[in-house]
Amino acid sequence: MNDFPEITVMTLLPVLGAIFIAGIDDERSPWPRRIGLGFSVLALLMAVCIWVRFDPANPELQFVEDHEWIPSMGVKYFVGIDGLGLLMAGLTALVIPFALLTTGRDVERPRAFYSLMLLLQAGLFGAFTALNFVHWFVFWELSLVPAYFLIKLWGGPNRTAAATQFFLYTLVGSVTMLLGFMAIFLSTGSFDFIALAEKARGVRDGLGAYFEVKLGWYELSSRSLAMLIFLGVFLGFAVKVPLFPFHTWLPSAYAEAPSSVTMVLTGVMSKMGVYGLLRILMPLFPEQMRWGLDLLLWLAVATIVFSAFAAFSQNDLKRVMAYSSINHLGYCLLGIFAAVKWTQNEPGWVSEKAAALNGVLLQMFNHGITAAALFCFIAFIERRAGRRGLEDFGGLRKVAPVFCGLMGISMFASLGLPGLNGFVGEFLIFKGAFALASWAAALSTVGLLVTAIFLLTVMQRVFHGPLNANWGGFADLTLRERSVAAPAILLMFVIGIYPQWLLDIANPAVMQLIAHLAN
Amino acid sequence: MAALKVGSVTSAVQSLWLIPVLPLLAAGLLAFAKQRHRVFAGTLAIVALVASFIVACGAFAATLGAHGERAVFNFTWLQFGETPLRLGWVLDPLTAVMVVMVTLVGTLIFIFSVGYMAEDENFTRFFCFLSLFAAAMLGLVIANNLLLLFVCWELVGLASYLLIGFWYHKPSAAAAAKKAFIVTRIGDIGFFIGILWLYAETGTLLLYDNGNGCLEGSALAQLVARTTIGGMVVSTAIALLIFCGAMGKSGQVPLHVWLPDAMEGPTPVSALIHAATMVAAGVFLVARVYPLMDADPANVAGHSPALCVVTWIGAITAIFAALIAVAQNDIKRILAYSTVSQLGYMMLGLGTGGVAVGIFHLITHAFFKALLFLGAGSVIHGCHHEQDIRRMGGLRRFMPLTFATYAVGMMALAGFPLFFSGFWSKDEILHSAFAWAPSRWPFYLGAAGAVLTTFYMTRQMFYVFFGHNRADEPAGHVHVHESPAIMVVPLVILAAGAVLLSIVGTPAWPWFHAYLTGHAAAVQPVAVDVILIMLLSTALVALGLGLGWWLYGRRRIERADSPDPLEALQADTFTVLRQKFWIDEAYDKTVVRLNRALCRAADWLDVFVWGGLVALVSYLAVGIAWVNRLIDEYVVNLGFDKGCGSVRWTARLLSLWQNGQVQRYLRALGVALAIFVLIFIWGCRG
Repeated sequence: MNDFPEITVMTLLPVLGAIFIAGIDDERSPWPRRIGLGFSVLALLMAVCIWVRFDPANPELQFVEDHEWIPSMGVKYFVGIDGLGLLMAGLTALVIPFALLTTGRDVERPRAFYSLMLLLQAGLFGAFTALNFVHWFVFWELSLVPAYFLIKLWGGPNRTAAATQFFLYTLVGSVTMLLGFMAIFLSTGSFDFIALAEKARGVRDGLGAYFEVKLGWYELSSRSLAMLIFLGVFLGFAVKVPLFPFHTWLPSAYAEAPSSVTMVLTGVMSKMGVYGLLRILMPLFPEQMRWGLDLLLWLAVATIVFSAFAAFSQNDLKRVMAYSSINHLGYCLLGIFAAVKWTQNEPGWVSEKAAALNGVLLQMFNHGITAAALFCFIAFIERRAGRRGLEDFGGLRKVAPVFCGLMGISMFASLGLPGLNGFVGEFLIFKGAFALASWAAALSTVGLLVTAIFLLTVMQRVFHGPLNANWGGFADLTLRERSVAAPAILLMFVIGIYPQWLLDIANPAVMQLIAHLAN
Repeated sequence: MAALKVGSVTSAVQSLWLIPVLPLLAAGLLAFAKQRHRVFAGTLAIVALVASFIVACGAFAATLGAHGERAVFNFTWLQFGETPLRLGWVLDPLTAVMVVMVTLVGTLIFIFSVGYMAEDENFTRFFCFLSLFAAAMLGLVIANNLLLLFVCWELVGLASYLLIGFWYHKPSAAAAAKKAFIVTRIGDIGFFIGILWLYAETGTLLLYDNGNGCLEGSALAQLVARTTIGGMVVSTAIALLIFCGAMGKSGQVPLHVWLPDAMEGPTPVSALIHAATMVAAGVFLVARVYPLMDADPANVAGHSPALCVVTWIGAITAIFAALIAVAQNDIKRILAYSTVSQLGYMMLGLGTGGVAVGIFHLITHAFFKALLFLGAGSVIHGCHHEQDIRRMGGLRRFMPLTFATYAVGMMALAGFPLFFSGFWSKDEILHSAFAWAPSRWPFYLGAAGAVLTTFYMTRQMFYVFFGHNRADEPAGHVHVHESPAIMVVPLVILAAGAVLLSIVGTPAWPWFHAYLTGHAAAVQPVAVDVILIMLLSTALVALGLGLGWWLYGRRRIERADSPDPLEALQADTFTVLRQKFWIDEAYDKTVVRLNRALCRAADWLDVFVWGGLVALVSYLAVGIAWVNRLIDEYVVNLGFDKGCGSVRWTARLLSLWQNGQVQRYLRALGVALAIFVLIFIWGCRG
């Protein structure tokens, strides 16, 4: 327990900003943007503060705030941060100002837009720091609401359908997850992630033993009941990540959302699913995951390979990058599922699992940066040209060399070029996954190849070849745009060359997770 | 004494990192330079590389007396769990010759580029990319860790991509750049899996680590002891996967298709990347992991299954590419296929004769092929960007220096006896192929390839430098000119290198061989079979030269569009060769089409199957809602309404009784009274 509630302050800052913005009378005032940026930067500073004061040597939760909320139901206001949470909160704090800076000054209804963005940020902060299910679930759903309205009100031509599908699909997952947690609460009497993980630890089939109480389902064996509950919770995360074949909501949601919202969707919200798998599912249901491990690995491989192939047949830049995003999160799934595999507790296996999970954490952070940068560049293209078809352009490098260079760097980071951030995470995931599940890792390398094919095709169609006569006046990046993208590009290089500063934070959390997996 | 020498290697290895970092810094600075900073760009790139060259020479000097001693410098890059991932660099004779060669040839090509690219508007960008390439290539050769090697391997691929597509406004250049990156990446996927597997088996990717590296005894013994699918030894499987990467990078059949297309890049790029250094990286890789390639339970040196594959692929590539080169008309494409063929020879040499044989050819080839490409660049520059050899001719008179140096390069490539380095290095390969126990066929293929090499180079010489000029210009107005000194001087230096390198690799004094293998060099008596092979290869060269002269030199080639003499002789064969055995077309019909089909299938699956399922679920929900509504409206509501209706009707009826109108109550009372009176009367009557 510490004196100053850093995490609560960090979470509430954007809410405060949203309230201020809502209080502005004049629709044309420049203040919504200023306040939005100001408060997201304040939240970033708060996150930096936490980051600096975070002790990477300590694997325990830090900055813990633990207060009773509804004691009779085990509901608590319980937040805290470890390496995993810190990376995600840091990513949120980085991506939101980045997205707000990318937003055009001509956005309609700025008050609503900026306050929704800030609320989204608050929801994300909460989801990445809350450690009690009810508290966490509130934020998990809370982040969904602003995202829905941001797509629905500011999106492209098919926004209504896309927003509805996005919301309902995710909600179905949330409902099954909620039911799963109700069952868990009824059997164990706890909503607390940490306490639940402790209960599941060291027991042969995790929380399975608690389901002897049957919850009235006498025809099911407790094993099947545990599996059922696991599946319910799993579905919620599988939709969110997304895992093949629960991914169809994603391309249209990403494509129809305004680009700055897509930056947040792909940069941060897509990590919520992976985060949930790591924070909740892996410690609570390791045995249940092992029962279906081969299937899960096949699904991860399918996620990686199919999305890469599907990306190649898209004509809309945003849809290409949306599928690419599925592909990249597929590597996270591969790493997680491989790490769950049952092994002897030998140092060799621990090291492989550590590699895979460290890779997953790096990949989450890296993908957040890279994908957000790519959508930022697409936003710049759209602002200039009013369109974003793959075939609409050609030869833009001639008139916009800096644009091409910076977007090229982001694309190469995305395809995993060594020296840029994408490679480190993917290498570690593959390193661990290959030792633990060779066939799955080997099959997934097809995804690496196809990613290169479609990203280079984008380069070729958009930037190379003779200049398309329509775009002779295509302006290169302005100084302001360059400085918006510069921090992301800089991070790509820094992480690519020296990833240890992130691993220092990720590694203790990962070792903690592996300890939970051990029998 | 020995300790002192070893000490000098260990101290030299400390500063080895400077070699790649200097060009990298130059590249980083030039990335921010403006287009107009031309002099700054050229100077900075060249100065950085020259500085690297000096450090490289220091490292080379340190290894000279060290008898193959190896020094490493390892450091921790990152740590996951308790396990550190260490990178490092290594200084041994192989590293030393490679860094010296790359920096020397690189510097000469950089200087040449200043002249060649003088008019290009993206001059500074060009030198930025060139420096990036040099840095990555130098990092690749000093790496003591397969991961670091792979990192640099991908970065040279990136530099190659950027430089092939340097004139990105040409669609062909943009396509060639993409093709190069993707085809090599196909090989790299194999390489990557090989690295992962090796890492999983041995727990380290350091090549040498005082006995704990993955190329050292204990790790190799462990790899050899285990078998995998099909009874294959693990070391062989890993070696073959790594060789996939080498095949992609070094343009071995069937992954050679990108290299000829890569000629879309500026000519100095072709010389540096696609002739002298990067394409030889595959050969270097095989040499670097030679202990792994050579590992075999049977323990017969040089006959491991992996090396057999290397030998066969090399031999097939050598002859295959030489055949195609015979029928090409683009001066750079001929040289490109020649490069593919020579890379095949290097692989053949590695497979049959070991590291020294392959690497010696790599080094001599780097000099003479860089010379030939720069010569071709000088020709192209002089002919105002004409690349078709049929439109050249008679250039010997206009470009005497280019001609002389080109002739040296051609002789060296053809393996003209005694005075040219190519003769000795190729001779060594043929000799070891001859002595290769498993089969004599690679030798026959190599020998036939030698004839073809001489033949296509003779053809090119006659087309380009002899006869009369066939450009589309009015007679007597030939605008061909010799290139400026900044381009010719590098040619002369390279030509000198192509000749002088012969000294270190003759069978009488095989210094290079001894240096690389760590033995003391000594003058040796020359065996009979060595002499025989030398005579044979001389005869092969004579045959190739003779054939070439008979077809192309005997009669003047009159016009640019007159048919090729070989075509007149053997039209069908010539067409097959001209069309490069239709390999590209075959790939288009198979691999590319398969990829497209899979993409479409994945998209279709998404839109119709998974999307369809989701739509189905939503329609189901909508359907259920609709049924619900029907039930509500027609069953529940209707019943309720009816019930309500009858209640209301009854109520209305009943309400009549209490509607508050007193006269109606009175009337009812009156009627009731009357009825009661009547009833009583009726009742009392009886």
